[in-house]
Amino acid sequence: MTVLAAEPLLTPVYEYPKSLTHVPTHYCPGCTHGVAHRLIAEVIDEMGIRQDTIGVASVGCSVFSYRYFATDFAQAAHGRAPAMATGVKRANPDKIVFTYQGDGDLASIGAAEILHAAVRGENFTVFFLNNAIYGMTGGQMAPTTLAGQKTSSSPDGRDPATTGAPLRMSELLAQVDGAAYVVRRSLHDVVQIRRAKKAIRRALEVQRQGLGFSMVELLSSCPTNWGLEPTAALAFIRDEMVPVFPLGDFKLPAEPAAAAGAAAGTGARA
Amino acid sequence: MKGTVTVDDALCKGCALCIPVCPKGLLRVASERFNARGVHPAELDDPAELCTGCEMCAIACPEAAITVYRAVKA
Repeated sequence: MTVLAAEPLLTPVYEYPKSLTHVPTHYCPGCTHGVAHRLIAEVIDEMGIRQDTIGVASVGCSVFSYRYFATDFAQAAHGRAPAMATGVKRANPDKIVFTYQGDGDLASIGAAEILHAAVRGENFTVFFLNNAIYGMTGGQMAPTTLAGQKTSSSPDGRDPATTGAPLRMSELLAQVDGAAYVVRRSLHDVVQIRRAKKAIRRALEVQRQGLGFSMVELLSSCPTNWGLEPTAALAFIRDEMVPVFPLGDFKLPAEPAAAAGAAAGTGARA
Repeated sequence: MKGTVTVDDALCKGCALCIPVCPKGLLRVASERFNARGVHPAELDDPAELCTGCEMCAIACPEAAITVYRAVKA
């Protein structure tokens, strides 16, 4: 029987990424960890590197990310993902290696490991999810917590006089010579999510070209511990976090030949 | 029909982040039913077939629960 194709055929244009396992995540509803997972998986799919990628999970809410990525994965001690990734990458220089770390992991207990991985110019990529709070342990104050932000360990709001001001890791790492690509993006709306995906792609390309340490900081939401609805949590990123953690490119690799006249890297915007 | 989306009930956590990003306001929380997680999942409510398959909802979805289809000429 001949079927007349009166109706146009519906073709999938967006599907579940192959580099994610088909497992519901443990993340709270509305948490943008899921968006970050999805973007990284999409980029791995697009680059065709699923068989050649090794991730290193951190401690924090992202501790189970090894269950969600359909790539090889290792799980590091708290804050030590860059140290483990150093070994993984040096032993497997032909593989793409990335760490996936939160701010409690990377900016606090792991501050030494991330800094010295950048100092050594280790050729792996760090995805740094900054949600300005410790998520897994119950919403305590992190180094990245905003001044005045209420957390379970700063119930009257963070007081900079006694606990300091938010630590800007991208700015800190960008001035290290060994860092090749350091940018900050946000996950608070569709436009920013698209930009974040481009940065993730660029970071992995930088690693593939062997240019050195790369990091993409992603401003992320924590609706549960901020005590906000998911949509209000995205507005909190836009209105409260972005002014403190400005989005932008803090270090870009020097373009070979083409950018002869341009200053090498710092401060430029894509 | 230009396009359509499906929401995977097994993955949806009912966070509703897809709803405000739809340019045509075609997604809603299915408040009359629950998924296996015990939450009201999001679903497409598009009787007039206005969905264009723009992918905005899929980009906003933290669970990758949304599949987007677009019409191609047969």
